[in-house]
Amino acid sequence: MTVVTYSEAWRSGLREEMNKDASIFVMGTDLQERGGHFSQVKGLAEEFGPERIRDTPISESAMVAAGVGSAMLGARPIIDLNFMDFAYGAMDEIINQAAKIRYMFGADLPLIIRATAGIALFGPQHNNSFESLFAAIPGLSVAVPYRPYDVKGLLKTSLRGSDPVIFIMHKKLTGAKGEIAGEDVFIPFGKARIAAEGSDVLIVTYGYSVEVASKAAELMKTEGVSVEVMDLRTVYPIDYEMVLQRAQDIGRVIVADEAPLFGSITGEIASTISEKLHSSLKAPVLRIGAKRVPIGANPQLVSASIPNVEDYQAAIRKVLTF
Amino acid sequence: MTEPGQAKDFLSQMILIREFETIAEGLTLRGKVPGGMHNSSGQEAVAVGVMAALKDEDAIASTHRSHHHSIARGMSTQSMMAELFTKSTGCSRGRGGSMHLVDLSRNYFGGNGIVGAGVSIAMGLALGIHILKKNSIAVGFMGDGAINTGRTWESINMAVIWNLPLLIVIDNNQYAVETFMDRVTGGKDFVARAKSFGMSAEVIDGQNVEEVYEATARARERILAGEGPQLINAVTYRYFGHNVGEVGKYRTQEEISDWKSNKDPIDNWISNLLAKKMITEDEISEIRENAKLEIGKAVEFAEASPFPDTNTVADDVDSGSLLRQL
Ligand SMILES: Cc1ncc(C[n+]2csc(CCOP(=O)(O)OP(=O)(O)O)c2C)c(N)n1
Ligand SMILES: [Mg+2]
Repeated sequence: MTVVTYSEAWRSGLREEMNKDASIFVMGTDLQERGGHFSQVKGLAEEFGPERIRDTPISESAMVAAGVGSAMLGARPIIDLNFMDFAYGAMDEIINQAAKIRYMFGADLPLIIRATAGIALFGPQHNNSFESLFAAIPGLSVAVPYRPYDVKGLLKTSLRGSDPVIFIMHKKLTGAKGEIAGEDVFIPFGKARIAAEGSDVLIVTYGYSVEVASKAAELMKTEGVSVEVMDLRTVYPIDYEMVLQRAQDIGRVIVADEAPLFGSITGEIASTISEKLHSSLKAPVLRIGAKRVPIGANPQLVSASIPNVEDYQAAIRKVLTF
Repeated sequence: MTEPGQAKDFLSQMILIREFETIAEGLTLRGKVPGGMHNSSGQEAVAVGVMAALKDEDAIASTHRSHHHSIARGMSTQSMMAELFTKSTGCSRGRGGSMHLVDLSRNYFGGNGIVGAGVSIAMGLALGIHILKKNSIAVGFMGDGAINTGRTWESINMAVIWNLPLLIVIDNNQYAVETFMDRVTGGKDFVARAKSFGMSAEVIDGQNVEEVYEATARARERILAGEGPQLINAVTYRYFGHNVGEVGKYRTQEEISDWKSNKDPIDNWISNLLAKKMITEDEISEIRENAKLEIGKAVEFAEASPFPDTNTVADDVDSGSLLRQL
């Protein structure tokens, strides 16, 4: 298997599919010369030309609207917003248009909106955790891959599908390396995977938090605790079959991410587990998430806003006390 | 013609900005500025000329590239540098960083991380001036890249139909990240576009501080005379990469050196003043020396300041005002 970065995995999947399907094209700011702010399409403009790797003005609502219109006509647009924070300027096009077209008109809408998100530096307006917002919108599917392997596999599925996809990649994973599969591996939405096997505590998470959870799981081995880490890969749909099965088997569950706890994906999952498995759980479902604050520029404030490995360890110890 | 005192002020401010940016660039490369910064070197005359023509009561909203606007508005370079370092003594208490410099006491309503957002907020400032019956204007800065955001034109249209006291200044360095303006701007003519919206507009040499000052003063007068919103397209150039540390292939070395050697706003202003015998070489050296001292102090202040107390992380998300039983 080939080892590439998270960004290269996107490029790899994109290149393979673009070679097969001439209706796929990408648009966004600074894609041609710069290759995107995260090098996600570096070199592809030379390969596919400026018609298929299109540079746009800084016009996010028009970009997404162009995606909606061209997708309805049968093209396969990928709108690359670079930073997910710029999606705010295109919310009507995403939520009121893209998400509802099929329900209203019965039309296919093979539109992908890709952007990098997650918490890192750059201050309040470049750090938002949007996944729960998008996942809450009927009609949208939301990919949040952790491994390069899943970036590629989920992208390829998205490009063969006929529904709008919000494809969220994490800033801190941009240069992270991992294996990718070949041409024929497609990862369906709504299928989680076990990132680390365990038997005492289950952590359900996604995106960069898979890394933090896995570190915590490793550290807890010294305390004789066996932690399982589940990587959801998509937060809509959620693989409830696997979540509920493992939750039932293990009986102690933590749901974790780095979004503010209030109104988050973790709340959705925790309540579903509690509702369905109440009597078979050994402890209440715990949650790990961020404070309800904007993300400051100062790195210490950033760390104080989002959970770290110690918070995971503390939650693991706590769920074991019941 | 600018009188000698003001002429020297223009020079001092432009040199202070250049010094701030030069030192801040180096500090950013050394990891002192979390998240990095957008350097405005080359664009000093736009900031200094505009701010000099404004009054204290005028209200301003800026962009992600706003160090020069902030200094020209008279902000403390210490609180600015501390903010770049994300220290608690920074103007945004370390929460905003380089993109979000602010000084409410100077009616300077902050930088912005979202392209086009500042200029739209300036339209709101202008509406506020109108509603509150103040005798002042609002100024919104934007880049050439912001010219193609929808919100910009929604705001301009509102300013025109309501005849708001709004001045828009395009700090037009001709590139948005690595994209040359002509590649993405239909019609290529910002002034014509503004005029088609019913707004008065003119293009000026953004490297000539006096021209910027005079154009701004004229626009301000027209606005106060009730002639409606005005737009100035000030053509300028950014010497460094979009973010600190970036070197791209999107523009030629010749183009960069042409702007630096032939159109530099500071060098040109100095030649102008020397030719008119409005300044001496000694005075220029003193100005440079003072700028070095001031920025040196700003760095010392920033270095010595504490980082924000992490116990305050959740403070001020809202004020709690709605929880009170009235
Ligand atoms: C809505 C939005 N889209 C994209 C970006 C990313 N971005 C930051 S600065 C910039 C270029 C802005 O160019 P311009 O307006 O000319 O200002 P300059 O950087 O040249 O000062 C872009 C695309 C953003 N901050 N906001
Ligand atoms: Mg520009």
